[in-house]
Amino acid sequence: MSDVPISHILFVSTALFFIGMYGLFTRRNMITMLMAIELILNSVNINFVVFNKYLYPENLDGIFFTIFIITIAAAEAAVAIAIIINLYRSHRSIDVENAGEMKW
Amino acid sequence: MNYSSYIALIPLLPLASFAVLGLFGKKYFKNLSGIIGCLVLLTSTLLSLYAAYHYFFVDGKINGSYQTLIPLKYTWLSFSDSLSIDMGIILDPISVMMLVVVTFVSLMVHIFSLGYMKGEERFGTYYSFLSLFTFSMLGLVVASNIFQIYIFWELVGVSSYLLIGFYYDRPSAVAASKKAFIVTRFADLGFLVGILILGFQSETLDFNTLIQRLTDIHSPQLLAIASTSFLGISLLTWALTLVFIGGAGKSAMFPLHIWLPDAMEGPTPVSALIHAATMVVAGVYLVARLFPVFHINEASLHVVTWVGAVSAFLAAVIACTQTDIKRVLAYSTMSQIGYMMFALGVSGYGGENARLTDAVGQGLGYTASMFHLFTHAFFKSLLFLCAGAVIHIVHSNDMKDMGGLRKLMPITSIAFLIACLAIAGIPPFAGFFSKEEILMAAWQNHPAIYYIGLITSGITAFYMFRLYFSIFWNRTPDSQLTTPLAADRVPPSALAVGQGLPKAQHHSEGTLSMKLPLVILAIGTLLVGFIPFSKFISPDGKPFVSEMHLTFSIVPVAIATIGIFIAYRLYFRRSDRPEKLAAALGGLYNAAYRKFYIDEIYLFITKKIIFNLVGKPAAWIDRNIVDGTMNGIAWTTGRISVLIKGVQSGRVQSYALYFFGGIVVLIIVFLYLWK
Repeated sequence: MSDVPISHILFVSTALFFIGMYGLFTRRNMITMLMAIELILNSVNINFVVFNKYLYPENLDGIFFTIFIITIAAAEAAVAIAIIINLYRSHRSIDVENAGEMKW
Repeated sequence: MNYSSYIALIPLLPLASFAVLGLFGKKYFKNLSGIIGCLVLLTSTLLSLYAAYHYFFVDGKINGSYQTLIPLKYTWLSFSDSLSIDMGIILDPISVMMLVVVTFVSLMVHIFSLGYMKGEERFGTYYSFLSLFTFSMLGLVVASNIFQIYIFWELVGVSSYLLIGFYYDRPSAVAASKKAFIVTRFADLGFLVGILILGFQSETLDFNTLIQRLTDIHSPQLLAIASTSFLGISLLTWALTLVFIGGAGKSAMFPLHIWLPDAMEGPTPVSALIHAATMVVAGVYLVARLFPVFHINEASLHVVTWVGAVSAFLAAVIACTQTDIKRVLAYSTMSQIGYMMFALGVSGYGGENARLTDAVGQGLGYTASMFHLFTHAFFKSLLFLCAGAVIHIVHSNDMKDMGGLRKLMPITSIAFLIACLAIAGIPPFAGFFSKEEILMAAWQNHPAIYYIGLITSGITAFYMFRLYFSIFWNRTPDSQLTTPLAADRVPPSALAVGQGLPKAQHHSEGTLSMKLPLVILAIGTLLVGFIPFSKFISPDGKPFVSEMHLTFSIVPVAIATIGIFIAYRLYFRRSDRPEKLAAALGGLYNAAYRKFYIDEIYLFITKKIIFNLVGKPAAWIDRNIVDGTMNGIAWTTGRISVLIKGVQSGRVQSYALYFFGGIVVLIIVFLYLWK
């Protein structure tokens, strides 16, 4: 376990973050966008866990943060999906481009 | 005996009737409202007669002079320990006399209106307005505080406005009510400033304290107000002159008289009540109330004297040329009030520092002024009510439409004759006694004023009898009866007065309720002159004896008789003499007919000077600078929002991109630049 250098894991999390970012900006489907956001959150989770493990192995702060983030991500997903369902009911579409009039 | 138990009822009863009639009159007791108004007023009248009896004969007199009593006082607004606005009742000879005059004349007018306004659409409203006016006038009369008088002063103005504009569907009435309100408001501005100066300098608003402080030569307040000067005139003179301007506005003194003739647009009984007998003498009453202070200030007293004399003369001259009978009466009112004013101006004060030892020094002018106020209330309201009765039948205000009415309306004709003799100053009618006293006071103190008064009394006799002959003689009665007025001769103004009357009444003298006040007032006009007024009313409260000097009376009576005779020659029979005379006088006649162009001067000043030089620049500043600033701010905001509107595309992803971009920038800043 300890023979995996920290930089590799950070590389994975960074890659995950930017993949999520790319997905968020390019996808039009809201569910896909939601999934992209989950990716971003998970990259952050990996960071927390990794820094906790490698730098302060005697503490558990990072792990707790991760657990909190997972909880909140679950709640956020529930809210987001509720919004998406409502949007689908009124617009018959979950394409984010079609919700342009929501700016007002 | 405690006065307060019932004195307060005298003004409060009309207030109650105003509230009841105003709120419910129209809906619930349309026809009863007149009776209610009359009964309430009757109660008030009886109460004030009882109060007058009590004051003058039972307990007003202590040690030979009439005391100023304050039976009721309630601190309403208190600014500091010494300065407060009170609501109170003051009883002294003049306020008690005014109570009687106001309630009595108001009662007569209430009764007269029962017949005159019958069938009127807004009958209840009319009576509620009358009650409001009576309440305000009574409150003004008994005010114990100078600010209280101001409050009621404005209330009186409002009720006058409401009643002048009673026929609000007539543009002329609306214009007249607006004119009356604006002109008197303008004058009231002077009054208010005067009150503020007086209140500030004497550190009180209470009449008694104020008079006491400003007449005691040792008081620091008098020293301060007399020694402070503004534009070279002492502050006391300023204050009193400003207060007088307020009074002049209400009393229609030159040059603030322009509203009074137009105020005749109101119903005629209203003119009798407000614009002849009660409200217009408020200015005289105010000067009389502050007379001790006026008296120590020669300059302001001179203003009062000369304004009064000029108004008396000018109005009399204008009255000779007018053909609208109500306007003639309006100008004669103004003229008579001018008499009252200059009588105050030439009066002595009495008391220890009397300059003269005879009656004049003891305040004959003051007494005469109040006496004339009293008698004038009787004969002028009588004249107006007679005019109302005439207009009721003829349906026109113009004396050219009248003539030969004496057979048709004998009671009115006799009453009118009595009132005319009274106003002309023929003995033994009421006006004779009061006018003689005024002229006597003027003669002893100020001969120039005396001559003006004398000439004016001649003119007065002339125009009053011009009116009398034109209405009741001048034409054979038959022509009046056989040629009933054609519909096209009836001006729209008169139609509103008489509409709703049963046809049969058109050519009779009117109902009992219209005749009764005429008879009562005519009897009053015959009798009130014999009241020995100087025994009751004098500036310092001490009764004195004023003798009639028969030799002195010869000249004024002779001049009045000449005036009557000229009027008889010109107007008794229909002839072309008046036209010839008018043509001979040419420009003078025209100037008087056009009221000496005073209205035109006002129009010139307001329209040309004030509107152009003040109003238009002010409007320009308002439109371009004030509004411009606001519009500019709105316009700038609008433009900016248009510019940045594009950013708000509604695309969530581009928002996220901006957000992300911002974070990248922040990271770069924190990592590399923030060191």
